[in-house]
Amino acid sequence: MIPELGHFSLILALLIAVAQALFPLVGAARGSLAWMSVARSASLGQLLFVAIAFVSLTYAFVSNDFSVLYVASNSNSALPLQYRIAAVWGGHEGSMLLWVLTLAAWTVAVAWFSRHLPEEFAARVVGVMGLISVGFIAFILFTSNPFARLFPAAADGRDLNPLLQDLGMGLHPPFLYMGYVGFSVAFAFAIAALLSGRLDATWARWSRPWTTLAWVFLTLGVAFGSWWAYYELGWGGWWFWDPVENASFIPWLSGTALIHSLAVTEKRGGFRGWTVLLAILTFSFSLIGMFLVRSGVLTSVHAFATDPVRGVFVLALIGILIGGALLLFAWRAQRIGLGGSFETVSRESMLLLNNALLVVAAASVLLGTLYPLALDALGAGKISVGRPYFETVFIPLMSLMLVLLGIGPIARWKKSSVRDLAIRLRWAFAVALLSAVLLPLAAARWSTAVSLGLLLAVWILASAVTDLLERVRPSRDAAGLFARLSANSRSHYGMLLAHIGVAVFVAGATLVENYESEKDVRMEIGDTVEVGGYIFQLQNITTVPGPNYSASRGEMRVTRDGAEVAVLYPEKRTYRMQQNPMTEAAIDRGFFRDLYVAFGEPLNPTTWIVRVYHKPFINFLWAGWLLMALGGLLAVCDRRYRIAVRKPILAPSAGALPHGAGGAVAG
Amino acid sequence: MSRIVIAIALLAMVSLAAFAKEAAPAADDPVLEKRLMALAADLRCLVCQNQTLAESPAGLADDLKNEMRAQMRRGASDQEVIDYLVARYGDFVLFRPPLKATTLGLWFGPAILLVIAIIAVWRSLARRRRGLADTPLTEAGRARAEALLGARGETEQP
Repeated sequence: MIPELGHFSLILALLIAVAQALFPLVGAARGSLAWMSVARSASLGQLLFVAIAFVSLTYAFVSNDFSVLYVASNSNSALPLQYRIAAVWGGHEGSMLLWVLTLAAWTVAVAWFSRHLPEEFAARVVGVMGLISVGFIAFILFTSNPFARLFPAAADGRDLNPLLQDLGMGLHPPFLYMGYVGFSVAFAFAIAALLSGRLDATWARWSRPWTTLAWVFLTLGVAFGSWWAYYELGWGGWWFWDPVENASFIPWLSGTALIHSLAVTEKRGGFRGWTVLLAILTFSFSLIGMFLVRSGVLTSVHAFATDPVRGVFVLALIGILIGGALLLFAWRAQRIGLGGSFETVSRESMLLLNNALLVVAAASVLLGTLYPLALDALGAGKISVGRPYFETVFIPLMSLMLVLLGIGPIARWKKSSVRDLAIRLRWAFAVALLSAVLLPLAAARWSTAVSLGLLLAVWILASAVTDLLERVRPSRDAAGLFARLSANSRSHYGMLLAHIGVAVFVAGATLVENYESEKDVRMEIGDTVEVGGYIFQLQNITTVPGPNYSASRGEMRVTRDGAEVAVLYPEKRTYRMQQNPMTEAAIDRGFFRDLYVAFGEPLNPTTWIVRVYHKPFINFLWAGWLLMALGGLLAVCDRRYRIAVRKPILAPSAGALPHGAGGAVAG
Repeated sequence: MSRIVIAIALLAMVSLAAFAKEAAPAADDPVLEKRLMALAADLRCLVCQNQTLAESPAGLADDLKNEMRAQMRRGASDQEVIDYLVARYGDFVLFRPPLKATTLGLWFGPAILLVIAIIAVWRSLARRRRGLADTPLTEAGRARAEALLGARGETEQP
């Protein structure tokens, strides 16, 4: 009964979404306030009914209703409660429902927080989001219904994939979907701007906090995925250039370009066309990613169950939404015009170059991901494109951008001089060069890759410090240090923090990739192995039952110079339903290094293959991502987005400011 | 080396099992194994969902790795081992796609895109320099700007 209620609720949500799309968009074109106000109530209605559908599905999982096909495929009566809830989005159908729920929630949030926007504009934004909801809910109802029944009902379920029975399952997909959906908000803002012909610095100011927030969520989503894969898959790897990983990374790259482009549009009124195109591009990348992952064209451990019908549907959706958006852009492009002018050397030009590099990087990753498919479709043979290709292509591109990262924030808007920049950055460059030469030597093993990586990381860090020092330099009016610090906006500190996060990430990635060490050994009880200066001794192996698995757990004592550092408990689990054994690595995390122990296969009841890793500075990776997200969050909380409209500015008089210079307030 | 001796000495004092020792490497020949794993990290496991030969637990992956080991012991070079696999399984087994006529677009695409992007940026900058003359601020405009800025009492930071 409850699943049927959920199903019905979803159908109602679809109908409301149609209303949410139709009335506000037509109403905005006709100027009908009554029709435009349908937007807010419709979005609330949609959220209500999608939530009911989601709760019914969750109920089916929690109450072990195996007469629902989706529940029977992804759950089990012995599955602990928290994983039964996470299993709701463990498969394709349920994860789409989570996506739609996230979309409905964001729509309500946008409708709520856009009350100070012109009614016509807000109606268009919510209307476009309604269009997207229509597409997605229709996708669920017609091709991926989670409420389909199973007759006769299964006695017990097939259990959730053991790899997904983990905390990461509660973090990675929800944050990822928050990011994807957030970028659909940016898309809606862009389309609304094109429709209303209003594409200026004010539009950018409305759009920017939403877009940055979406970027923060996508950053965390990708980061959680990487962090989870690191400890879950048992090989200590954190990025595999797997097609599904790329599908989430490509929108992140173009999303990063988008938030930087928005910065220029907001501050200087420039890059308007580029910003709109990037918003459309980022959203299309997330749709394309959705297509790749769910249509079955890709092979990946990550891919969902395949069905070509779904692929066709998503392609049609992409065609309609993106095709429509690009047509609209082409039609309205000549109205956009250029924004404020700037010199060849200026912060704007560097941001332009930065965005170009990011888009080329995104396109290259997309190229590598799609190329095997294209070749196969054309019958020109099967190839594989993996890590060697992506690293060869991506790292040089990003290195160029990282150099720019140190210069751009210091450059002045509109006009900067190379000589001025060189003088201001001379110390930063010196420190970077020194670190690049000395630090690898201090690690007692020279590596050119490490040197280059550290050069870039310290360069960015030193440039950020230079910027901060310049801003807190004692000024003429003798304001105190605190006053000088708070004179800078939160969004400026957010930028510094996020850029420092990039530097930390680059440092961590370079150091761990080049200085990690590993040993694969055969261990019996009492045996020891030495890795990275630490001694690992296997003390004991016991059999430990779990709620839905049976595990062989080892006790591994780690010492260094005689002192005990940690006791680790790696496991090899065999889940009752899905018989494939799964390794649960044991990690001792630390600021400077991780110690990672994973069981391989047992050679005989007393001897196990054990993989022991010493991973220096790997936690810098997660810290870097976290700093980036925090920086973005800080920027979103900037005061200027929250200052209420005190009094409306009267319409401009005859001697008004020309349009393009409206945003040129900053010096 | 001395660290190993110290480790064994310590173990002799605290060992729990009668025959505690330094664990033997999983492989018989660690040097060969390192070479094998370096190769296997860039080879595809043919029966898995997009995993490398190095990480795969599959039976076929083990068989392939054993075959590679046997060849290396017989003195085959890295390239010969790879050629052997490609001859049997095609380019699909390589994660680094070979440079052929069909993969020219793949290998040169990013560079071409970069060149196009840089040209586009350059032309955009040039067009901007040529096309835009700043409209001078009128007296009324200046007065209005001052009124606005004075009323808010704050300036925006870059």
